[in-house]
Amino acid sequence: MLEITHLHYAYPDGHVAIDDASLALRRGEKVALVGPNGAGKSTLMLTLNGVLSPPPGTVRVGGLEVAPPNLPTIRARVGLVFQNPDDQLFSPTVRDDVAFGPLHMNLPAREVEARVTRALAAVGMSAYADRLSHHLSVGEKKRIAIATVLSMDPEILVFDEPTAGLDPRGRRQLIDLLARLPQTMLVSSHDMRFVATAFTRVIVVDRGRIVADGPTAEVMANESFLVAHGLERG
Amino acid sequence: MPRPETMLLHIPDGFLSVGVALACWVLMVLVQGLASRRALDVQLGGRAPLLGIMAAFIFAAQMINFPVAGGTSGHLLGGTLAAIVLGPWPAMLAMAAVIGTQAVLFQDGGILALGANILNMGVATVAIGFGVYRPFAGASRPIRLGAAAVGAWLSVVASAALTAIQLAVSGTVAFALVMPAMVGVHTLIGVGEALITVAALSFILSTRPDLIDATAGAGGRMWSAVGLGVALIAAALSPFASADPDGLERVAEDLGFEGLATSAPFAVLGDYLIPGIEDPALATILAGVLGMTVVLGLAIGASRLWRREPAPG
Amino acid sequence: MHVHALDRFEARDSALHRSDPRLKIVLTLAVALSNAALPDGSWLAMGCMQALLVLAALAGGLRPWYAVVRSAVALPFMLAATTVAFVTPGVPVAQIALGPWVLTPTVEGLERLASIVLRALLSVQVAILLTATTRVPDLLHALGHLGVPSALVSVVGLMVRYLTVLVDEAQRLMRGTQSRSAAGPDGTGGSVFWRARVAGSMVGQLFLRSYERSERVHQAMLARGMDGRHLTLYGHVVRRRDHALAIIAIVGLIAVHIIARAIPIR
Repeated sequence: MLEITHLHYAYPDGHVAIDDASLALRRGEKVALVGPNGAGKSTLMLTLNGVLSPPPGTVRVGGLEVAPPNLPTIRARVGLVFQNPDDQLFSPTVRDDVAFGPLHMNLPAREVEARVTRALAAVGMSAYADRLSHHLSVGEKKRIAIATVLSMDPEILVFDEPTAGLDPRGRRQLIDLLARLPQTMLVSSHDMRFVATAFTRVIVVDRGRIVADGPTAEVMANESFLVAHGLERG
Repeated sequence: MPRPETMLLHIPDGFLSVGVALACWVLMVLVQGLASRRALDVQLGGRAPLLGIMAAFIFAAQMINFPVAGGTSGHLLGGTLAAIVLGPWPAMLAMAAVIGTQAVLFQDGGILALGANILNMGVATVAIGFGVYRPFAGASRPIRLGAAAVGAWLSVVASAALTAIQLAVSGTVAFALVMPAMVGVHTLIGVGEALITVAALSFILSTRPDLIDATAGAGGRMWSAVGLGVALIAAALSPFASADPDGLERVAEDLGFEGLATSAPFAVLGDYLIPGIEDPALATILAGVLGMTVVLGLAIGASRLWRREPAPG
Repeated sequence: MHVHALDRFEARDSALHRSDPRLKIVLTLAVALSNAALPDGSWLAMGCMQALLVLAALAGGLRPWYAVVRSAVALPFMLAATTVAFVTPGVPVAQIALGPWVLTPTVEGLERLASIVLRALLSVQVAILLTATTRVPDLLHALGHLGVPSALVSVVGLMVRYLTVLVDEAQRLMRGTQSRSAAGPDGTGGSVFWRARVAGSMVGQLFLRSYERSERVHQAMLARGMDGRHLTLYGHVVRRRDHALAIIAIVGLIAVHIIARAIPIR
């Protein structure tokens, strides 16, 4: 489903964000990505849908290389949910935001409307279609943000800190929602309790390198390892 | 949501004659249409649609003020700063968005008067501010900041002058009263604008100078010519700002303003929809628009002759 | 500033709310134009216009004086017009001595002043009614359909969307500065230049935060397939009810102007 092979990414100013990373996700897997701030998690995620351009052949989604000619297809396949929902809700109404993706996929209006309805229902926000984005609470915005990506019918969902900024109830709702969604998932999080209970596989990133990739129980058991890489058990 | 500092420049409805208001609307629509196309060319680093967030920034930045003395405060109008950090055409769009929203949502400025308000606060300020800054965009930091200060100050004063002219030509207020009053007050207000603009620019240059340099090449020599042209017009109008009645009367006679300046009846009273051309007010408007068009035309023509590099594609 | 302070929309189910936003915008402009064309002293016509606006408020499911009350907010702006009372030639009403100057308000001058203020208040009311009965997204769609360049429409749309966010950030910056500024005995500290510098730094900060946010939003747009086109799901249908609104409005405005010209002033 997702193949990253010897990915190396440096920013224009020379800073190396990702240093020889390789990983693979099978269809249906839900994998957590953990690591300290600045480890390169966000950078990695942005290469998955081509917002940042990975070197040729290093990133493949469903076998298709992430490269300029494939970007429209890639962006429909990879649903990236950013950390700050305000950055993702940029349209006048919720409906407009959820429709944005499918509209740009050149789908006919009726199909777009159907997808909007399905996506909002999947996140439990059907009643919010005509609301204005800036009226919503953080939890509501996060769920709408997920809907804006679901309407593109992605094969893999990528989340950047989904539980950050949520109160306990909002956090619970979001964790339940993520458990219900059937897509393959790659989730970056500092919320170690969430990671420990919701994911069977964990990848640890530190300073641009993948330092661990294995079953959650194993990785979490080694406390000194976690601390050495800026994490804790949770 | 009227904010005292902007009360003087946002013209409400009912103050401008129909002729003046419509002429300003036409000119504003033409300029904004041009700006829409050119803003996409310039691209703001490839992100022209995100100008909206920058427009929101200008709106919010106008709320930041500092106490001056006796309860008054200095504040930012923002045309010059917007032009320097966004580029002139995107800045005009952003200012138009801000001023239009203030008029429609907050009744800060009239709807019929919106054309004039956008021209005064969103077009003239950008053109003059950038026109003064542009020749010095590649110079050392103190010179750039100085140019920005002068540009910001001049943009506010010119904006006030334009407002005064529109009010006077509409017959609402006496020219001899409104021109010195507006220009005089805004000579001071403009200092506040200059101070904040320079301080903000200084901050940005210290932290992300790359953001300013991205627009330094925008627009070419035309802007310097426009800035110069408008500055010349402002200079030509400066006798009006003089409180010396002799100077005022003499200039008033020269330009046919005599009827407005003193006790003769206001010929423009009674705002009928289609004033005749012998209406001195309309003739004056036409002269003003013609004058500005001539200056712009000369400037564009001159920049075409000068330009050697290929047009941006 | 509370989020809702920026909202002028009143949620109702009324005839005006259901009308085509393009029509409402055009009518707003027409009424503003009509108001500007009302002659000085045409009190009866102005009164009729006010009555029409009260009817419009009712048609919008609002209290009859909704717009009138809110239009008072614009009164301070009218201060500039007071000079009109003193410079219009005519029958003097009084002589007011202010130091070396003697001000003589005239009947014609006062009439002119009142006319200016009333015309302004009438136009302010129609803008209030427009924003009370039309949601911003609908206004934006309508503007696009009316010929406003889509670049400008999207600028306004994004601006309105992020206005509260940025205004909140500006207020946080100002509060942060206030809580760090000790005031001197006269209530202020530091020179004007220093204070301008502080204000300017806040503006600079706000600019950088806004710019960085715009980059993140751009990335989010790219992630959902943005390619420079402006696409929306929206259909406008002008219905029979809208025809009725247009006709009523036009007839009303014409009637007001007939009254204005037919009835001699004083």
